[in-house]
Amino acid sequence: MTLLGEVALWAGWLIALWGAIVGFSGKWRGRPELRASLTGAVYAVLLCMLTAAVALWYGLVTHDFNIEYVAAYTSRNLPDYFVFTAFWAGQKGSLLFWAIVLSTFAALAQFLTSSRYRGLLPYVAGVTSAVTAFFLTVMLFAANPFGRLAFTPADGNGLNPQLQNFGMIVHPPMLYLGYISITIPFAFAMAALLSGRLDTGWIHAIRKWTLLSWVFLSTGIVLGMWWAYVELGWGGYWAWDPVENASFLPWLTMTAFLHSVMIQEKRGMLKRWNLGLIVGTFLLSIFGTFITRSGVISSVHSFTQSSVGYYFLAFLVLAAVASFTLLYVRWDALRPEVQLESMVSREAAFLFNNLILVGIAFSILWGTLFPILSEAVQGTKVTVGPPFFNRVNIPLGILLLALTGIGPLIAWRKASTANLRRQFIAPLTAGGVVILGLLAAGMRDGYPLVAIGLAGFVLGTIVQEFYRGSRARHRIHGESYLVAIGRLIGRNRRRYGGYVVHVGILVLFVAFAGMAFKVDHEATLLPGESVDVKSPYGHTYHLTHLGISQFQQLNRFVSQATVQVSRDGVPLGIMTSEKRQHQNSLGAAEFQPSTEVGIRTTPREDLYIVYAGSVAGTEEAVYRFTINPLVVWVWIGGMIVVMGGLLTMWPGGTGTTTKPRPVQAGYEAELVGHAS
Amino acid sequence: MPPNPLSGGGLGRRSFLAAVPGLLGVVLRQGPQDTTTAGRLYNPNAVQSRARVTAYDNDEYIKGIEKRLKCTCGCNLDIYTCRTTDFTCQSSPALHRQIVALHDEGKDADAILAEFVQEYGEQALMAPPPEGFNLAGYLVPGVAVLAVGTLLAIRLLRHRPDAAVVGAPDVPPPESASPEELERLERALRESGS
Repeated sequence: MTLLGEVALWAGWLIALWGAIVGFSGKWRGRPELRASLTGAVYAVLLCMLTAAVALWYGLVTHDFNIEYVAAYTSRNLPDYFVFTAFWAGQKGSLLFWAIVLSTFAALAQFLTSSRYRGLLPYVAGVTSAVTAFFLTVMLFAANPFGRLAFTPADGNGLNPQLQNFGMIVHPPMLYLGYISITIPFAFAMAALLSGRLDTGWIHAIRKWTLLSWVFLSTGIVLGMWWAYVELGWGGYWAWDPVENASFLPWLTMTAFLHSVMIQEKRGMLKRWNLGLIVGTFLLSIFGTFITRSGVISSVHSFTQSSVGYYFLAFLVLAAVASFTLLYVRWDALRPEVQLESMVSREAAFLFNNLILVGIAFSILWGTLFPILSEAVQGTKVTVGPPFFNRVNIPLGILLLALTGIGPLIAWRKASTANLRRQFIAPLTAGGVVILGLLAAGMRDGYPLVAIGLAGFVLGTIVQEFYRGSRARHRIHGESYLVAIGRLIGRNRRRYGGYVVHVGILVLFVAFAGMAFKVDHEATLLPGESVDVKSPYGHTYHLTHLGISQFQQLNRFVSQATVQVSRDGVPLGIMTSEKRQHQNSLGAAEFQPSTEVGIRTTPREDLYIVYAGSVAGTEEAVYRFTINPLVVWVWIGGMIVVMGGLLTMWPGGTGTTTKPRPVQAGYEAELVGHAS
Repeated sequence: MPPNPLSGGGLGRRSFLAAVPGLLGVVLRQGPQDTTTAGRLYNPNAVQSRARVTAYDNDEYIKGIEKRLKCTCGCNLDIYTCRTTDFTCQSSPALHRQIVALHDEGKDADAILAEFVQEYGEQALMAPPPEGFNLAGYLVPGVAVLAVGTLLAIRLLRHRPDAAVVGAPDVPPPESASPEELERLERALRESGS
């Protein structure tokens, strides 16, 4: 099977090269058979990748430890589902996974794209084939997942315990899906530039793809935070690690694009900017892969110190030069149809929103690369950790939160004073009431106070929008408010789905603010001993160490510490935290003992218990007790964001205009319920 | 003594069920009277061996210093996070002890940070000090956003809308329509179409 897999990689590589060369050459014009062969090449590459995938999965499930990758990431006693997900546990497998998903998306783009945009598809095939060929080049010449060992070990090394978690099954694939699906909007942008068809057609063709990519990235990032929180045992979910930053960068630029593209659709502006954002987003996804795998920047994540990174650097430079050269060549044809008219308009608010989003992306990129820059300039490699990122990004984030509320309230083109008064009074009052309430409750911490107050303002804008829309439907159609809200969303999913996303974002901001009040306490406890930990809300947890039990479970030996918990004298039950010593099939210990955290979640706070170890091999346990306020709202906020994204991209509703947009001269009204 | 979960008034079924495993755990593992000794684990090698927690481990001042210093084990974390998370790390507990020793010598936070920079270099700090070239690290993102924002605002303020709107009739822009107005418009269109 490995031979079949290897042959499939080579065949896929040759076919992808063919697709790239024919696609870019433009020789398919007037030659239907050549054009058909391009589409055929995309499907054939997919077939090759699926064959390679089956070959690797076969090697994994049959424990063929002669395959270096199988021996490195699995063992005979690894639970079956982790054997399956070990496919993307290591670098070589994840590259193959990337190629499979990319070839699937490339095929779907050819298959699903409306006939209106058929003229772009040969170029799209060329770009996706070129990117697939690059990934296959890396695999075939630097990181072959089918590489064999000179001998066959009796058992494999097993999977890192931190990867033996449900998060491992879902987080990496979601993030990869997000990264990889960016290639399709990028391919359409390149197709528009190559073909010179620079009307809004390419934007309509990629709308679902950009949303899909954004939803995958959002899901992947939130799942990564959840995984870090429940698995790593440090009581947090975001550490500004370079690899985390790498996932956040394309999300920021993609979010900027999703806003600015509305201005191009409605007003014919920001064409160059939008193309730049799509190109930048694609390059940032490749950049993230480069810094993750090259080892140029140290990270807590595992893909480091590999020559693979330099393949990505070369590809990054090549793609950047080609894309921006093409953009430069078409620069004049991308002139805006109209100019911005007023500082007080929705266009201007969206523009400033874009500025802040790209500014945050720049500051994160700058901070991530600053150690390298510092070493080059002053010979000292400084550390740029959370204190730096928090100091630089929190003010920008707060500004962004304010614009999240301001943008939707201002009219297109130019807002009048009456418009501003009518739109802003209720939300500003809501924000003011929240701040006064927090001050009255004794909160004096600057950033959390402002963040939660602004969240109140943004929520006020959203509630006002829903209220006005549903009230109008209630009055005109006689619908109940509940039905009116449902139909309001159903008829304009893009607008109201966007508001749902905003609700999720402000929930996230409030949850992040809660972490400013985190409480940590360490204690050494004999069985029967207790410790009191005071919550930031004022109540006291009484935590009693009951003892440690040890037992065999699956592929590990578990030491389970048990704590009895009461709050202000009210018993809450038992919580456990574990140390897991993973073993191979021969019973020998592999890896260091890992930690399983005990978490008790409530809407207000999480009680987070970590059994850190024992004193001199006895039941005298060392614990870290952490109280994390509002953490559950991070996961809820993340789910709301994703649901809003799905709502926005769900088929139906008013959709977007499909005809080339005429020059905008007068006022454009968007009719509720009328597809244009 | 552990608190008796059965004491106190109003014991509900849920509380009772929650308390039973704990009570059994206490009874089975150590006996009702023995609360001061710790039995040896069946397999002591399956857990990390840890030193007893001291008052310094929970000292907010010490924690504050540790959060500003990077662990030298290569984990990329600050000393506090590393010593309370990566229980295999040998460096962070040693660095913690070093900080405590310096604190006991009467040194304040700045002096301890300076001592670490002298011993381990500037990369011992979790964020570079805002001085010299490092200032660029802190200022460039904010200055860039401000500069671009200011340029944008100036351009917008100087702009004459009439000249720029290609082919636009010289009419004042109407206000944004409210959802109510849009609904009315929709109804009017529907009626006129039928």
